[in-house]
Parts: sequence; C-alpha cells; structure tokens
Amino acid sequence: MQLAELRGHKQYADRAFSVLAVAAAGLVLLILGMIALVMTRRAWPAFGAQFFTSTRWSAADQVFGALPFVWGTLYTAVIAIAIAVPISLGVALFITQIAPPWLRKPMVYLIDLLAVVPSVVFGLWGVLVLSQHFGLGRSFLTAGIILSIMITPIITSLSREVIETTPASEKEAALALGATRWEMIRASVLPHSKGGLVGAVMLGLGRAMGETIAAALVIGSALGQITTNPFAPGNSMPAVIANEWGEADEPHKAALIALAVALFVITIAVNLIATTIVQRSMKRSRGA
Amino acid sequence: MYKMIAFSAFAALCVAGCNKKKEEGGGSTAAMTKEDKGAAKAPESGPVTINGSGSTFQKPYQEVAIDAFTKANASVKINYGGGGSGKGRQDLADQVVDFAGADSPYKDADLAKNKGGDVLYFPILLGAITISYNVDGVDKLQLSPETIARIFQRDIKKWNDKDIAADNPGAKLPDADIVVAHRSDGSGTTDNFTKYLDQAAKDVWKLKSGATVEWPADTQAGTGNPGVAQIVKSTKGAIGYVDLSDAKASGLKFANVKNQAGKFIEPTTDSSSAAGDGIDVKDNLLFSAINAKGDASYPITYQTWAIVYAKQADHAKGTALKSFIKFLISDGQAQLKPLDFAPLPKGLADKAVAQLDKIQVP
Repeated sequence: MQLAELRGHKQYADRAFSVLAVAAAGLVLLILGMIALVMTRRAWPAFGAQFFTSTRWSAADQVFGALPFVWGTLYTAVIAIAIAVPISLGVALFITQIAPPWLRKPMVYLIDLLAVVPSVVFGLWGVLVLSQHFGLGRSFLTAGIILSIMITPIITSLSREVIETTPASEKEAALALGATRWEMIRASVLPHSKGGLVGAVMLGLGRAMGETIAAALVIGSALGQITTNPFAPGNSMPAVIANEWGEADEPHKAALIALAVALFVITIAVNLIATTIVQRSMKRSRGA
Repeated sequence: MYKMIAFSAFAALCVAGCNKKKEEGGGSTAAMTKEDKGAAKAPESGPVTINGSGSTFQKPYQEVAIDAFTKANASVKINYGGGGSGKGRQDLADQVVDFAGADSPYKDADLAKNKGGDVLYFPILLGAITISYNVDGVDKLQLSPETIARIFQRDIKKWNDKDIAADNPGAKLPDADIVVAHRSDGSGTTDNFTKYLDQAAKDVWKLKSGATVEWPADTQAGTGNPGVAQIVKSTKGAIGYVDLSDAKASGLKFANVKNQAGKFIEPTTDSSSAAGDGIDVKDNLLFSAINAKGDASYPITYQTWAIVYAKQADHAKGTALKSFIKFLISDGQAQLKPLDFAPLPKGLADKAVAQLDKIQVP
C-alpha cells in the first residue's frame, strides 16, 4: 500500500515534470519561430533577386546586394577553420593521449578560459596587435586569425570528448601490434572519432560565421569585395549589420535585417548539419 | 546592435564616471541652498530623470553640460547615451527617450511615425570636420573641394599629383602613395562630409552622400572618429576626415580648405562659428552649415540639434527638460570652445532661445 501511494505520487510528479519540460522545449521553438517570422516580415521589402545576385551595396541608390558579405562571411570562416582545426586537434590529442594526467585538468581549464574572453577584447587585440604592430592591416586574413582563436576552444573541447570515447581495447590492440603512438592514433583514435571531429569543426564554423564585433573591428569594412586575396579588406554579414544599423533609415534597415535573416538561415543550416553528424557518430561509437 | 565599439564603450564608461550621481532623496534642499553658478535653475519639484540618446558628435558637450546643469539642479538627473543620430531619432520617435541628439533632421516621411506628435529642433553647436593627413615634410596643406573629392574617390593616388600641387603653389610634395581613411560605421560625420563634397564639388564627386557611402575598396576603414584618427596617425601618406576635437586630441595635422569665397581657411572654432553666420536658417531652425558663404567660413562645418516634442506630457519632466535645453543653448555655450566645438552665432542662439516658448508644458 505504501508502495502504491508512493507510485501514485511519483506518477503525478512525472506528469508535472514532463509538462514543464515540453513547455520549456516548446517555448524555445516558439521564440525561434517568432524571431524568424518577425525578422522575415521586416526584411521582406529587401528580398529581391538583386539581394542574392548584386555585388553593390549602396544606401544612396537603394541597391542592396548581399553577395560580397556572404562571401566575406564564408571566406573568413574558412580561413579561421584552416588555422584552428590543426591547432585544436593537436591540443585535443595532446590532452587525451600524450599529456601526463596532472597536466590534463589545467590544460582543459586554460583552453576553456579562451572561450569566455569577450569578443570585443579579441577584436581590440586584433586592431592593436595584428593590424598595427604586425602590419597585417584590416583584412580577411586578420579577421580569420582572430576568429580562429575564438573558435579554438569549442573545437578543442568537443574533439577531446569525442576522442575520449575511443575504447581502450582498440588503442591497446594497435599498441599490442607494435604500433607507435602516432600509428595508434592514426589507426584507432582518428577513424573512431572521425564523425564527431567533423561535427566539432562545423560547430566552430557556425560560431565563426556569426561572430560580430571582433570581425567588425578587423575585417576592413570594404564594400563589394569578392576576392580570394586574404590581404584585401572585406566585410562580413554580421559586421555590416553592426556597423551600419545605428545610422540606417528605411529601406537600408530592411536590407540589414534581410542580411540578419540570411545569416540566421545559414548558421542554423550549418549547426543542424553539425549536430546530425555528431549524433550519428556518437551512435556508431556507442554501438561498436 | 548599434555601433557597439570599444570607443563608445569607453565613452559610456566616461558618462557613468563623469555624471557624479546625485542621490535624489535630499536633492531639492541641496538645490535650494546651492549657489548659482550660471546654470539655469529648474523650478523646484520632485526628483526627475531625463533621458536622451543619439549623436556621438555632440556627446562630449552633453557630458560637460549635464555635469554643470545637474550640479546646479540637484533634483534633476540627466542621462545621455550615444548610439548615433539615427538611434536618437528612432528612440525619440518611439518615446523611449525625452530628447534626441541628431546631426541631421527627421526625413519628412518619418515625421508621421513620431508617437509624441510635432517635434522642435534646437541647434546646440557647430563643429568642423578636418581633412587630417600624415605626410612627412608637409606641414601646411591647402585643398580645394574638387581636389578633396578626387583624393577620396581615388582619382588621385600620389601626394605630388598636379591637382594637389595646384592648390599648394611652391610647396614640396613627396612622391608618396595616398592612403584614404574613412569610417567603417554609419556616421553623421560621413553624412555631412559627403554632403559637403556633393555640394561643393558636384561636378567631380561621384560617391553621393549618406551615413555610409560606397568607398572604393582600396581604402581603409576605422570605427568612430578616433578610429579614423588612429589610422591617419599610424599610416604614412594617410588622409582622412576627422572631427576637429578628435584630430586635435590625436595631434594630427590638418589642411586649410578652400571656401565659397575662394579663401583657404583653417578649421578652428572661430571659423566654424563664422560659417554659422553665413547660412540660411528656416523658421523651424533647420539649416545646413555646410559650404557656408562668407570670407572667414570654414566650409566643412556641420551642426547638431537637440530634438524634443513640442507637447510635453509630464509637468515636472517637461519643466526640467525645457530648462536643460535652455542651458544647452545659452549659459552652457561657454563650455564649447575648450572642447573644440564652435558656439552658436548670436543670431541663431537668439532664435533658439525664442523657440523655447513653443515647448508646451502641462
């Protein structure tokens, strides 16, 4: 009887909990949906064919083509990835495979610390040190370097977690066959964690594309730049929004909101793909 | 997100620091016992907070004026957030603030969207935009509007170009590349600078005017006036448009610019005030000080307004706001020169004071 009473109580609590959880989850979706809806409505007048094809962005002539900014966003993110991925993977492998146990905790802590530095600090550092002291100027490359520092922690910590799921048996099997540490990493750790690592990189990519202030400070704010020259000044979607919003009138404002919507869609797509890849790889490694 | 930049962050810190916070409780007694330091006294009432936002151009003056005014009127607390003229106008339209600072007025089409009805414009100061440069061995530079236009749209790429030489007879100009610096953020300074070129060099200037314009890609962009000043200071061969106070603060050299009368004029607070004398002012106190007539006028002079609603909703607030605006256009003007701003010329100041009567306080 006591048990039944308890169970009844439990069921009640269970139901309350699930209602709360569903409500919370629903609220997040609702907020996301509302943001998308309101923004798209405000941006609607700016979405024309030229928004996706034109390379001109002129408030005076009311021509708003987003193409150079989409290019700048993707290009700086790719530069950031190219720099951050080898470093992050190296750090993750060092922490999990090579570092003595007493060093692991402080290393993890130090890397995570990078993630909490406000982006404006990175931006200012970029302006003062990279642009001026090292003479890189304001360019795609400067922005890419700053972004790479900002996404290193997220890629490192995700990679570390994925790598740690490699079963000891697989590693020991490789070592037992006479593999060196590097051969062991190549033969068992990397194949095992491949999917998760790709996901980690893509999450970093999403972060790099959405970064605003640091990019706005160092990217150079040049219009109409679609070039692969990393030393050229350019612009990215969030940087344009941050720079121009304060003094914008309609329809300039609508165009900036349209940029935001486009950025929203791109980053959500990248993040969705990333999570799918991570989840699939997790499932596979758990199944193994 | 507005111009979220380090410089405005620093400026915001300064506001917080500079406005010595008055405790509002015992404020009114303090106001009664205080000696009058020339600041207009607001009629006694409970503690009032007035909020303003907008133009970063007039912000240094607002900070000093607010400090002086609230010292004399301890029951009034005033906040002025920057954010740019566009933000100020929007905030006032949405009635988020009690007054806006703006370097250019509302567009006619937007006036109907103002929730509080008709607005009044009070001009509060004039300021010069310098053409600052960094060229070794050139300590004196003269530029005509056409040459400035050609430089900034990258038709002229060398310092020893014939157009520059023609403006500077006898000067030794180096064979150095010109680096053009401009604002990366939307800005009233850019708006007024490009409006000037659009008027004074209309046959040459091709980039039109606005808070942001289509600068050629081979130019450098900095955030805020200090950002442009910083590029000019650190780059050999650089030239950029920077407001007078930031140019002086950064120790930059700047050019004398040819005005309508054909004279090359140095940007100073006096030559800006002189520009204010040579302009046509409309009945609603709207005007443009750009490219003003007059022998002594510095031509790239611009203006900024405080904008308020004609019909105030609250007695205490409206009264305090009215006396603060009065302070800005009368007694406060003495604070302008040390900040490298130009006071309003007498005629304009009188018109502004007369317009105070149009503020209706219930």
